[in-house]
Amino acid sequence: MKRIFDILLPIALGVTLLALWQWIVTVRQIPPYVLPAPGAIARAFADNFVSLMMSLLATLSVTVQAFLVALVAGVAIAILFSQSRLAERTLYPYAVILQVTPVVAIAPLILIWIGFERINAALVLIAALVAFFPILSNTTLGLKSADLNLMELMRLYGASRWQILWRLQLPTALPYLLGACRIAGGLALIGAVVAEFVAGSGTATGLAWRIIEAGNRLEIATMFAALGLLAFLGVAIFAILSALEYWLLRRWHESAISRQS
Amino acid sequence: MSLLTLRGVCKRFSSGTQALSDVNFQVNDGEFVSLLGPSGCGKSTALRLIAGLIAPDSGEISWSGARPELGFVFQEATLMPWADALTNARLPLDLKGVRRGEADAQAAAALARLGLKGFESAYPRELSGGMKMRVSIARALAARPKMLLMDEPFAALDEITRAGLNDDLLALAREDGITVIFVTHSVMESAYLSSRVLVLSPRPGRIKREIVLPRENPTGPRDRLSPEFAAAQARVAGALLESA
Repeated sequence: MKRIFDILLPIALGVTLLALWQWIVTVRQIPPYVLPAPGAIARAFADNFVSLMMSLLATLSVTVQAFLVALVAGVAIAILFSQSRLAERTLYPYAVILQVTPVVAIAPLILIWIGFERINAALVLIAALVAFFPILSNTTLGLKSADLNLMELMRLYGASRWQILWRLQLPTALPYLLGACRIAGGLALIGAVVAEFVAGSGTATGLAWRIIEAGNRLEIATMFAALGLLAFLGVAIFAILSALEYWLLRRWHESAISRQS
Repeated sequence: MSLLTLRGVCKRFSSGTQALSDVNFQVNDGEFVSLLGPSGCGKSTALRLIAGLIAPDSGEISWSGARPELGFVFQEATLMPWADALTNARLPLDLKGVRRGEADAQAAAALARLGLKGFESAYPRELSGGMKMRVSIARALAARPKMLLMDEPFAALDEITRAGLNDDLLALAREDGITVIFVTHSVMESAYLSSRVLVLSPRPGRIKREIVLPRENPTGPRDRLSPEFAAAQARVAGALLESA
C-alpha cells in the first residue's frame, strides 16, 4: 500500500502541474516563444523524434565513455595511493586542484589541444574530468577503511600485499566506490552537456547542442523537449547505478538490509 | 617438551606506554595456558608478539624448531562481511594457495566440527554472535594449526553461549593436540579452561603469578559444580588479588 502511494503521489502531482500549465498558457494566451504549452512540447517532441533520439544517443555515448574513463582512472589512481603513501602525498594536491578548477574554464584548452577533428575524444575527456574526483576520493577512503584485525590475520597467514588488496581492501572499498559511481554518473552527464556547450556549432550533435540551437531559433518547445530528455537521461543513469549498487551489496552490506526486511 | 620460550621480552609503544616489561615464560606442547589480567596489562600485546605481528624491543621469542602453523582468534569474530561462512573459513587456505576443491572440503569439515553444518553459505550478518565466533574458530582450525592464539575470544558473548564454546574449544584442542594460549580477563574462564594460568599486572605489564591447575579428568571437561573447580577458581582469584 505504501509502495503504491510512493509511485502514485509524484505522478498525480506531475499530471496536476502539467494540466495547470496547459490551462494557464491557454487562458492567458502566453505566446509559444515565451512558454509553450505541454501539448506543443509533445508535438515538437513527436515532430523531431528521430533527430532528438540521435542527439540523445550522442550525449549518452559521451556520458557513458566519460563515466568509464573516470571509473578506470579513479580506481587505478586510488589503488596507487593505497600502495604508496609517497604517491598519494605527491599527487593528491594536484587531484584537488583539478577538482576545484571549474571544468568550463579548462574545456576550451582541451578542445584546442585534442582538436576539433577528434571531437569525441575531447568531449569524453572534459566530461571524465568532471566525474573523476568523487571516484578517486571515495575509493581512496574505502581502500583505507579495511579492518585492521583482518589485515593482521592475513599477514599472519602470509598474504602478499596484492592478496590483501584483492581479498580485503577492494571488497571493503566497494560500497564507497558504488556510492561514488551514483554521483559520478550524474556528473558525467553534466560534464557531457558542458563539453557540448563549449564545443559549439558544427561539431557537437548531442542534446545540449540541440538546446542552444533551438534557443537561437526561438523554438522553445523543442528546447523543452530536449531538456526533458536530458532529465530523463539523468534519472535513468541514477536508477541504473542505484540498482547495480543494491544488487552487488544486497547480501552483506548494511545499506541494503532495510530494503530486504 | 617446551614449544615456545619468551625470555626478557620488553615492548614499549611509540606513545611511550610500557606495554610489557621483562616477560619470561615457556609454553609446552599440548598445554592450555591462559594469560589473565585487567585491561591494559599487555596480554594482547604478548599474543601479537608471539604471532610475529610486532617485534619486541628487547628479549627473545624462540620456538623449538621452526615456527609452527599458528591460528589467531580475535575478540571480535573479524569475518569478511562480503563472504559466506565457507569462504571465511577457507581464508587461510586460499592465502596459502591450496587448491579450491581441497580447501572447500577442509573448510566445510572445520565448520561442521564447530556445529555449523548447513550454514556454509550464510553471510556473517545472518549469524548470531556465538555463531560468528564459531566461524572464526573454524577459520583458525581450517589451517590445521599447531598452536592457537586467542585474544579474549568469548568476552562479547553471553554466559550460556560462552560456556558452550568453552567446552567445544577444549574438546577440539584436545582432539587435534593443539597448544592454546588464551587471553582473558575472566577468572572463571581461565580456571575452567587452563592447565596453567599466568597472572599479569599492568603498567608495565609483567607476569606476577603462575598457577598450575592439574586436571582431575584429563579426557573430559571440568565439572563446573565440583568443589575442585571452586577451589581452582579461588586460587586464581586469590592470585589476581595479590598481584594487583
